[in-house]
Amino acid sequence: MKTAASGLAVLKEALATLDWSALLKDAVIAALVATLLALPLVGFQTYDIGGGALGIRTHFDWVATAAAAVFAGRLALRLQQRLRRGGERRGETLFARLGTWGNRRALPITLVGIAFAVALPFLPFSSRYLIDLGTTVLIYVMLGWGLNVVVGLAGLLDLGYVAFYAVGAYTFALLARDLGLTFWQALPFSGLVAASFGVILGFPVLRLRGDYLAIVTLGFGEIIRIVLLNWSPVTGGPNGISDIPRPSFFGLPFARSAPEGATTFHQFFGLEFSPAQRVTYIYFVILALALVTNLFTSRLRRLPIGRAWEALREDEVACRALGINPTNVKLSAFGIGAMLGGFAGCFFATRQGFISPESFTFIESATILAIVVLGGMGSQMGVVLAALLLVTLPEFGRAFAEFRMLIFGAAMVAIMVWRPRGLLAHREPSLRLHARRSAAL
Amino acid sequence: MAYFLQQLINGLTLGSIYGLIAIGYTMVYGIIGMINFAHGEIYMIGAFISIIAFLLLGLIGVSYVPLALALVLLTTMLFTAIYGWTVERVAYRPLRGSFRLAPLISAIGTSIFLQNYVQILQGAREKPMLPLVQGGFTVFESDGFAVRLSYLQLLIMLVTVALMAGFSTFIATTPLGRAQRACEQDMQMAALLGVDVDQVISMTFVMGAALAAVAGLMVTLYYGVVDFFIGFLAGVKAFTAAVLGGIGSLPGAMLGGILIGLIEAFWSGYFSVEYKDVSVFVVLILVLVFRPTGLLGAPELEKV
Repeated sequence: MKTAASGLAVLKEALATLDWSALLKDAVIAALVATLLALPLVGFQTYDIGGGALGIRTHFDWVATAAAAVFAGRLALRLQQRLRRGGERRGETLFARLGTWGNRRALPITLVGIAFAVALPFLPFSSRYLIDLGTTVLIYVMLGWGLNVVVGLAGLLDLGYVAFYAVGAYTFALLARDLGLTFWQALPFSGLVAASFGVILGFPVLRLRGDYLAIVTLGFGEIIRIVLLNWSPVTGGPNGISDIPRPSFFGLPFARSAPEGATTFHQFFGLEFSPAQRVTYIYFVILALALVTNLFTSRLRRLPIGRAWEALREDEVACRALGINPTNVKLSAFGIGAMLGGFAGCFFATRQGFISPESFTFIESATILAIVVLGGMGSQMGVVLAALLLVTLPEFGRAFAEFRMLIFGAAMVAIMVWRPRGLLAHREPSLRLHARRSAAL
Repeated sequence: MAYFLQQLINGLTLGSIYGLIAIGYTMVYGIIGMINFAHGEIYMIGAFISIIAFLLLGLIGVSYVPLALALVLLTTMLFTAIYGWTVERVAYRPLRGSFRLAPLISAIGTSIFLQNYVQILQGAREKPMLPLVQGGFTVFESDGFAVRLSYLQLLIMLVTVALMAGFSTFIATTPLGRAQRACEQDMQMAALLGVDVDQVISMTFVMGAALAAVAGLMVTLYYGVVDFFIGFLAGVKAFTAAVLGGIGSLPGAMLGGILIGLIEAFWSGYFSVEYKDVSVFVVLILVLVFRPTGLLGAPELEKV
């Protein structure tokens, strides 16, 4: 009670010392800029009037709304900053505390999470839609964990991760179409081919500085997509490849009636046929793949190679001085990340049954990257949280869907400005020489 | 020969546009060492503002083409520059001194935001633009193949040359240009000597955006259609141009832009149109691998 009262007194005092005219001036300027920004693009809307001509309608009310919103927002932001400055900055934000809590209770949270994921299809409120959604979330979780190796651990910004995803998906699709391989037979090849692509790309470019690397990987992602789009005899061009076989349960297909000489899943187990069985099975396949990915990457982190990744991320020059070969270490991170992307791609192909270049655009890369960044680079738990957030939020309202990418972009900026290391960036270096350089703030 | 000459003209026109966008990349990179990933979207916004300005002028009834062009040029540059300024202020300035990937990720977010912002407001469909500058003349004729240089192509090249000349003079002679060069060499030292670094960076974004706006206007006139997605590819290509010419170098950006334009034009002319974007990306990768400093760039020394 006492602290609350004294807090109130501090607040009153801080309010009294505020320079209102400066604050208002600042907000007015912000509103003015907003008006100028909104005037051409919000104020005038072009639309087709037929015959290849454009008409124009005005929306000055929207401009006014935008200006008012910016005015209020700016004022509120400034006020909050001033009042904060009065009192000492409260040590930890909600997410920082959440991050520390998650770190301390990592094991129980993980166990509960896994238990929930396993139980999901059997819970009373579960439905086919929910399981489908869960499958999508898990694909992104797996991709996030894969990319986390490259971005979070090794600190290499990869903007073309979707290329490896695409390579994995197409590898399986082609192997199934031309050689008749099943999902489980093709899975290792998908990873292998994707990893080879990663190494082939990585070998020449990994010597480059971080942001050059980002642009080159982006270019690579586009090259893969354009090739898939145009190399019609093999990839089917824009039409993609359809009729990709579904995974079977140890050779038992999920179908109403078995093909010649085979037993279906429901016949073997004496169950009633239901399409839900296949959906549930696919869900468990991706759950297993994602968990293996997690186990694999978190084990890798404790190996010398994983230590080298993180060391390289922090200081390349120091690593070189210590005798680490940066190119090889980066290459291993890149290759492993690509391989995991390839596995995920293989699964994506078998789940959809149909793939086309449209599924592998830059926006997909950006989504996966956003999941890693939002979650907190290097944080496994953060990836799950971010994937849940980004995949399920748009499902809640269709009206919201139109603004999904808009909010998505804004959120990327906001999180970088607010917490550059991500929402759950709790990891502390295991050893610290000087207690300075707290870039994690 | 005639076909070659025609591709040369097309390539030079395209290259002028890329060069103008590339200047924005190269200047920002020279000073704060970050890739302004949202620059392509600024160019796209320039194209949209120009189309809206043309429509409004048409409604008012300005029919004298040179006057309309001049007015549209000025409004587009002004409003797009405000976008450039705001992007820097909102998405990049708070991140100065943060860890090195943060501004780039923020830039990607900005790019996604601006793309969808325009898509939601103006619709996803292509915006057509009636041809404003028509006609041209035949430069050369052989084997029944006439090499045409349209007035519009001529205009684009002339405007680019004029802007480049004016801009280089600006950087070389004005106090702001001097401050920019100082910041490029050593930002901390410049700050110690009383240069307002924040303001210089803001002005750099404003100039880059204004030039990108001109590129947007010209592309609107040249292709006659604009959609919300043009910024992505053009941005990557212009960035490639900046890298090819040597990032941080103004003449390099122009040279790189023209080379990229030529590569694209000749590739589509002689090999395949489908893979023309691939050609640019391949050039990007090759340049970065074999000559990361670009054609005119100075080698970058890493000080520890």
